[in-house]
Amino acid sequence: MSLEIVKSGLQDSIQDEGRFGYQHLGINPSGAMDRIAMNIANALVGNDLKEAVIELCFPAAHFVFREAAFISLCGANFNATLNGASVPMHHLIRVPAGAILKFTKKLNGSFCYLAIRGGFQLEDWLGSKSTNTKVKAGGWKGRILQKGDNISFRNRIHEQVDVKVYPWRAKLTDFYSDQKSIRVLQGNESEWLGKSSQRDLTKEIFAISTQSDRMGYRLQGKELKQTTKDQLLSTAVSFGTVQLLPNGQLIILCADHQTTGGYPRVAQIIRADLATLVQRNSREEIRFEFVALEDAERLLKNQQRSMEQLRLSCLYKVRMIAGID
Amino acid sequence: MKKPTFYVLGEGALTVSFGDYINIDYSKQVFQLYHRLSQYEQKFWLDLIPAYTTLTIVYEPLSIEYESPSAWVRKYIEELLESESRHIPMLTRHVTIPVCYAIEFGLDSKRLCNERAISHEQLVELHTTITYTVYMLGFLPGFPYMGSVDSRIATPRLTKPRTVVPAGSVGIAGEQTGIYPLDSPGGWNIIGRTPLKLFDALREQPALLTPGDQVSFVPISNEAFENFDATTFNLVQHES
Repeated sequence: MSLEIVKSGLQDSIQDEGRFGYQHLGINPSGAMDRIAMNIANALVGNDLKEAVIELCFPAAHFVFREAAFISLCGANFNATLNGASVPMHHLIRVPAGAILKFTKKLNGSFCYLAIRGGFQLEDWLGSKSTNTKVKAGGWKGRILQKGDNISFRNRIHEQVDVKVYPWRAKLTDFYSDQKSIRVLQGNESEWLGKSSQRDLTKEIFAISTQSDRMGYRLQGKELKQTTKDQLLSTAVSFGTVQLLPNGQLIILCADHQTTGGYPRVAQIIRADLATLVQRNSREEIRFEFVALEDAERLLKNQQRSMEQLRLSCLYKVRMIAGID
Repeated sequence: MKKPTFYVLGEGALTVSFGDYINIDYSKQVFQLYHRLSQYEQKFWLDLIPAYTTLTIVYEPLSIEYESPSAWVRKYIEELLESESRHIPMLTRHVTIPVCYAIEFGLDSKRLCNERAISHEQLVELHTTITYTVYMLGFLPGFPYMGSVDSRIATPRLTKPRTVVPAGSVGIAGEQTGIYPLDSPGGWNIIGRTPLKLFDALREQPALLTPGDQVSFVPISNEAFENFDATTFNLVQHES
């Protein structure tokens, strides 16, 4: 059973929850940019939420299904079509053998996730299937997907002739916010900023620069100034760390961040808002809003509860349909 | 001894800081806590990241069943540090790294020697007499930050970083010395190259060095560099 790429995308890769346990060796965790969309995509097809998926950027690859499969598409909407007809986001979809999946137009978001029931047949590298392009390991041959790649998946399903979209849809309101403000915690070096720059950090609007990728989102906005003479010794950073660059601009570290860094950390995006942040496109504007650590922890737990409900209700429905397990 | 300070790096990481400048005593405290957690304690973390003066403990807050996972992790580490009665002996690896210091590999050797008014032989000697500590790995997978180099060859980073530094290049930045595991952009002063692979994704242990290792460099000729056979080279000399 396999899925073949008939046209290369810009930067599509296999990702999962990320590779942990090796950061002391400088091996960055990688993983899906939007873990929520990855989880929902897996929930819809009845997978373990952490199963590896294909992360797509626009323009995305085109695929042909060599065998029938249950799939789902979550996250950014790139106007997907199966055999020429539009298919919706956030649904369970049954795809017949020979079907061609294309992404025709970027409607919203930055990263779209394709999950397949049963998951892909891939080897782990250091406990994860995430692609680490820097060391060319993990995922599919350690690289972004290209035309001609033929990726096997594990589950065989009964052959059907038509595309079928099942009627239920994952509800996203518990997971994403449409507000301009992105909630952050204080960074350990927040106070290295002068008083007025500290105010500007939450008062000003910052635009996501076009120089943004899986390593980090660069922001453009009012120049912020460090007023202390402190210099940070290299120390750990994480997905969501907001650093002040020497030119007074900010960068938000993303999934492919280095394990350590030496720029002042002026804020940290809360986990509950990371998915919302990474789905913003370049030129979109954001604003930072500080919250307390306890609030961030509570918001994350609420999200987790919603995810667990979603997972269970999807699992029940998929099992009814797939008639297996 | 100074009391360590704590801060969070998001909801999923706690950093313990033992000081604010590079110092072997701070590093020893970092390694001690790193070793203690990785060898003897309940495994609730995803990652332990040692740096010059800090240890960052990465965990999944959703798998810690307390109202505030961060408060629980902090209390756990605080109590562990207070109960420091038993000092845990650590094995230290001593690793020897062959380096060819020839001018074609030492892209910055000439300039560095001129600036510091030393001969190339002195540069090689000063770099190879010291046994260095691997304080941390970072920047690139397998990139070791080692110190401290003799002040006579300590040199600030290039003002204009190179777009490509070849893998294996040995460099100096301030009082640190390091080795590029992969071809990469970089601003360290390059003084030689090792034929060893600092990082190889296909190896069982992909990174050659780990935090806390003791490293010494031995000079080798161009010929030895070209004919180098990693299988016959006795890398790890002893553990003590």
